[in-house]
Amino acid sequence: MRWYIPYGNPTYFIWLALAIIPLMIGLLYGRRFRGYQTVISLFFLILTFGGPNWRTGIALVGYLAYQVILVAAYSKYRQRKASPNKGWPFVMAVILAIIPLVIVKVTPAIESGRQSIIGFLGISYITFKVVQTIMETRDGIIKAFHPVLFGQFLLFFPTISSGPIDRYRRFLADYDNVPKRADYLNLIQTGVRYVFTGFVYKFILAYIFGTVLMPGIEQRAILAHGFSWNIVAYMYVYSLDLFFDFAGYSLFAVGISYLMGIKAPMNFNQPFKSKNIKDFWNRWHMTLSFWFRDYIFMRLVFFFMKHKVFKSRVTTANVCYVINMLIMGFWHGETWFYITYGLFHGCALVINDTWLRYKKKHQDVIPHNKFTELFAIFLTFNVVCFSFLIFSGFLNTLFFGPSNF
Amino acid sequence: MDDVKDKVIAILNDLTGEDFSDNLDENLYDSALLDSMGTVQLLLELQDELGISAPVSEFDRNEWDTPAKIIAKVEEMKQ
Repeated sequence: MRWYIPYGNPTYFIWLALAIIPLMIGLLYGRRFRGYQTVISLFFLILTFGGPNWRTGIALVGYLAYQVILVAAYSKYRQRKASPNKGWPFVMAVILAIIPLVIVKVTPAIESGRQSIIGFLGISYITFKVVQTIMETRDGIIKAFHPVLFGQFLLFFPTISSGPIDRYRRFLADYDNVPKRADYLNLIQTGVRYVFTGFVYKFILAYIFGTVLMPGIEQRAILAHGFSWNIVAYMYVYSLDLFFDFAGYSLFAVGISYLMGIKAPMNFNQPFKSKNIKDFWNRWHMTLSFWFRDYIFMRLVFFFMKHKVFKSRVTTANVCYVINMLIMGFWHGETWFYITYGLFHGCALVINDTWLRYKKKHQDVIPHNKFTELFAIFLTFNVVCFSFLIFSGFLNTLFFGPSNF
Repeated sequence: MDDVKDKVIAILNDLTGEDFSDNLDENLYDSALLDSMGTVQLLLELQDELGISAPVSEFDRNEWDTPAKIIAKVEEMKQ
């Protein structure tokens, strides 16, 4: 039996089209066939996590049972009458929720590249959904726990492997409802457009940058030993490949969700048009950066400000930027280049804020016009591409040989 | 209830340096007057000054993006 990476090849799309047509007809006539949706979800999960990958399928099932029990237990604690809502059960719940992911991320670093047996494709993204659910349960925003709906949310198959990361309350509002016909027709139109734009991004542009151009440049850069312009070429080609590949995938995920009447959030909004690094993070892998903003950055700021840990607002923001992006770096994986990438962006955000404050203070002398805006876009693009060069791990291959760490 | 309105406007004035008395529908995020830092400060100020505790996850940007909406939210939470 074969297995299919989501959106990886034409056959997967044919299966997808066949499977969702009945669902779409139902939605057009004001019905959501939830039982049928569950059946096709299982089918696509088996396509990805079955066959030769059956071990990861078992890991997924075990992981899911673990998280559902965990969130159920915490919800029970939090939602009973006069719940004391203490800090430690919450902290424990979050730690327990991320332990499997931590094991999966740390194993390759300490076992010379070997993957953990409890890992599976998309574990990070499900973990994000679990953690945010625990946080919103603590805040009392999520008022009831429903294991089946929670499972539907975690396992929503169009976004299972790499997001976008949806929010429980938002997902549920869509899942519980059937869009009005006019709205649904709009969703179909947009969804189809997204899927076809995704084809152009992933199967043409990412193919040109990643498969046609990249290997040759990589070879020449390695043969040149040390610095050569090939590294600069690699930086741009890698960055463009990364964007078109990931944005293409995200368009598939969002487009298919739309066809299923679920308005999954967008993941990219023309990131290379960003005027500064903050703007960039509002446009690049948005559901991840917004997740970090809402569940790490803002909560850290809240904590530090409430307990008056730092005197100034500026220091608080700067410390939180660096911690926030460092955690993102560690999340990518335990290698020096991912962690440096996080640190790099943390510092970039600090510098960006400092500059914006300086500029605001001296706005009468610092020019602001079309030309400076273009220059800002150019500069941001290059800073971002350089960070992706770090992220790619290519410098590691070039200068430190083929080993991790 | 005007008390709430005045206080919210005073807090926003403090945070952004702008007076919203005649501009209750200005979008605070689109105009970049408020960011995540400012948002957290806003929540803390609302807590201190008006005694309402809005947790961070209550804060859906689309529901809190203009002074008018913030005032409405706060009044709703005070009851």
